[in-house]
Amino acid sequence: MATVPMMHALLVAGILFALGVTGLLVRRNILFILMSLEVMLNAAGLAFVAAGARWGQTDGQVVFIFILSMAAAEVAVGLALVIQIYHRFKSFDADRASEMKG
Amino acid sequence: MDALFYIASAVAIIATFLMLTRMNVVHALLFLIVSLLAVAVVFYTLGAPFVAALEIIIYAGAIMVLFIFVVMMLNLGKRAAAQEREWQRPSLWVGPSALAAVLVAEVVYLLTHADTRMSGAVALGPRQVSQSLFGPYLIGAELASMLLLGGLVGAFHLGRRIREKR
Repeated sequence: MATVPMMHALLVAGILFALGVTGLLVRRNILFILMSLEVMLNAAGLAFVAAGARWGQTDGQVVFIFILSMAAAEVAVGLALVIQIYHRFKSFDADRASEMKG
Repeated sequence: MDALFYIASAVAIIATFLMLTRMNVVHALLFLIVSLLAVAVVFYTLGAPFVAALEIIIYAGAIMVLFIFVVMMLNLGKRAAAQEREWQRPSLWVGPSALAAVLVAEVVYLLTHADTRMSGAVALGPRQVSQSLFGPYLIGAELASMLLLGGLVGAFHLGRRIREKR
């Protein structure tokens, strides 16, 4: 029974992570930045699960569950910040919120 | 069985790329959901069915609902009706639908060919993962619960200050 090489799964995770980084750097809509963060976290979890499957251990899946709970907490706080920024600047543009004057 | 992994990976990468090139947030969310579903199929082919289910329930379910809720909440206005009419154009949802159809075909294949084994040497189900999570990783589970509590309090606090200000 042929199995998928771990290198291919890690390659997919790397491509997804690179796409997430690209979106994070290119897009200036704050919702797209949050979505790119989700893609990056998901790619990191894929790498963990692939490594766990390679060694036949559950550790990779456990770490993915931790990443999942962290992503949930992050997106809850992040979306609350998005609502705050939208009400203050009337825009999703991240560059509008560039002044730090308290 | 290996082909399913590569097809699902291709769907995930294509959907993620299309997500990043959309201008409309809702269209991008559609592609992001398809990408997460594709990654769930990848998890299944890697021999992690429990994590695949969690990916669909929590990522594609709960977290994406949060995104859509915020988008809909901030989009209410006079142009909502016109926007809604524009969103019904077939060219907007045919892309995510086609990619999702590929995933549906894969799942149907998996269900009808019950004898196909997981791609990994062993399939680690919920029992093994739970024994590991609540055994050696118990302190991590407790810390994750505290992190979620912190996220809950933070989101509540940030959402509350807006209402007081208005």
